[in-house]
Amino acid sequence: MSTKKVSKIQPELFEFTKENLGKVKVEISKYPKERKQSAVMALLNIAQIQNDNWITLAAIKNIAEILVMPYIKVYEVATFYSMFNLSPVGKYFVQVCTTTPCMIRGAKQITDACKKYISQKQNELSENKICSWIEVECLGACVNAPMMQINQDYFEDLDGDKTEEILKKILNNDFPEPGSSKKRTSNAPEKGRLTLLEVKNA
Amino acid sequence: MLKDKDRIFKNLYNDLGWDMESSTKRGDWYQTKDIISKGKEFIVKEIKESELRGRGGAGFPTGLKLSFAPKTLGSRPHYLVINADESEPGTCKDRDILRFEPQKLIEGCLIASYAISAHTCYIYIRGEYFREGQRLQQAINEAYKKKFLGKNACDSGWDLDIYIHYGAGAYICGEETALLESIEGKKGQPRLKPPFPALVGLYGCPTIVNNVETIAVLPTILRKGAKWFSSLGKPKNTGTKIFCISGNVNNPCNVEEEMGIPLKELIEKHAGGVVGGWNNLQAVIPGGSSMPLLPKNICETITMDFDSLIKVKSGLGTAGIVVINKDQDIIRCIARIAKFYKHESCGQCTPCREGCGWMWRILERMADGESTYQEIDLLQDVTKQIEGHTICAFGEGSSWPVQGLLRHFRKEIEKRSHEEPLIKKKNNVPYLIDQHLLEKDNA
Repeated sequence: MSTKKVSKIQPELFEFTKENLGKVKVEISKYPKERKQSAVMALLNIAQIQNDNWITLAAIKNIAEILVMPYIKVYEVATFYSMFNLSPVGKYFVQVCTTTPCMIRGAKQITDACKKYISQKQNELSENKICSWIEVECLGACVNAPMMQINQDYFEDLDGDKTEEILKKILNNDFPEPGSSKKRTSNAPEKGRLTLLEVKNA
Repeated sequence: MLKDKDRIFKNLYNDLGWDMESSTKRGDWYQTKDIISKGKEFIVKEIKESELRGRGGAGFPTGLKLSFAPKTLGSRPHYLVINADESEPGTCKDRDILRFEPQKLIEGCLIASYAISAHTCYIYIRGEYFREGQRLQQAINEAYKKKFLGKNACDSGWDLDIYIHYGAGAYICGEETALLESIEGKKGQPRLKPPFPALVGLYGCPTIVNNVETIAVLPTILRKGAKWFSSLGKPKNTGTKIFCISGNVNNPCNVEEEMGIPLKELIEKHAGGVVGGWNNLQAVIPGGSSMPLLPKNICETITMDFDSLIKVKSGLGTAGIVVINKDQDIIRCIARIAKFYKHESCGQCTPCREGCGWMWRILERMADGESTYQEIDLLQDVTKQIEGHTICAFGEGSSWPVQGLLRHFRKEIEKRSHEEPLIKKKNNVPYLIDQHLLEKDNA
């Protein structure tokens, strides 16, 4: 359970774009007709991506209307799940995994680089207002530790220097190539692979 | 070492391609219709005989679980739910199945749905796996195009629709009833059991919840036969399993191996050894963060299967092996895990919500050398107060790693815990709740 601050500055209106309304329909159609409520997480996610990675209270109201749910129920879901941001974050939202498997492989180098290039504190916008960072719990790429996520993409097998390169790029409003910085395309051992060699060499 | 021909996930490293054409080339969807035409009883019996145990952590026999669903379809629909909310620190096996072997999972969904009479299947993917979810959606679309899904799926006479549901960063949604709550569009807080989901699950209907890996191995078991599967591994711990080896090893990797493989072989052979050599090994977490760690002397001989690990008071869990060498501060490592659990507790049961925070704060103090000697027993007591006193298994998951630390590294903690109790220091700590104890009259 995470404690969250809801932003004090709130835009008054929120409307899904035409394209996203199509996505909303697809999401609702996944569930039985009388169970529209199931789509609430998907809709919050669509709203979050549309609105530069954060959800406004107006969006919550809008979603409640679409799904015929009490406002408080949507609010409850939005505050419970840690991926929903209720106050503005950067257009580039950096999430650094610092749980034990990443920690023992040097996640501190990544957080240090974030402090140096983005902002001293978590959840603070960078000087040019387009980027912010946060420490998160395990992102499920432990074999590629240490790693971070920027918006929807994973950046794996990092170290201090490589993180700096990536951060410099996003601060220049340029999205770097996601994936492993050691060019790994899978979770095979980097050296000395012993299994599935026939398949590989076929 | 397991022979390549006995490996189920031939495309674990994406050498062959994940698309439909490559998948069918390596045997997916081969004679699926024939398997289904043998009937529900045959499928469940075959899985029971293979002695497959669930790969999500608890190791519950899969055949038995499938047989819990009501035999005939009543007024309420049945559901199959796939748990792909992989959030256990140290585990990243399901991600590779979603990325590289999606057709195995989809085929497994069809077979399992048929076995439990479900026409709808939901796959619950953690929200962070956005790209993996996209990949799976592409694979599902391909399967629809080939008529392997939808009405009369794979010409078997069974209708099946598969939908993806994204989570949003809550570890607790990996617990099956919390996962169902989450699909229903609520907070992911576990339900009391019984009633079990097999009778009252998603939308109050019979529901079977299974891990990705469990479902993905079903088609291969049914094609190659239960005997083949049960001939691998050890009795009661049969078959193959994907192990994720991370932490202080030279080549962190995922590898599919036989159950019951020695831990040392996994680390030395497949992962290129411990950083700094085997003698530099301090401890290993054998099954994802919620399993108690093992010190080096146990790691020398232990084999990786459910029952052997239970004997040394740990568990196979999800088989996410985290190797910790002597360069790391073991107390700090476990303190970080305690912080993870503090963050992820859903807040429903008081012992877990409050206790996880207490454990974390005590461990942080211990790591900094600011704890008292008495706090060691206090910590042990707190873990015992959480364990078994919560609705779901999160209570055990959060207290076991701490108990493991106390069991094997008590000396290390004792070395650092010399601080005088706060009450004797007489310094005025304004935020201390027990402020009144500092005043002489009350003490």
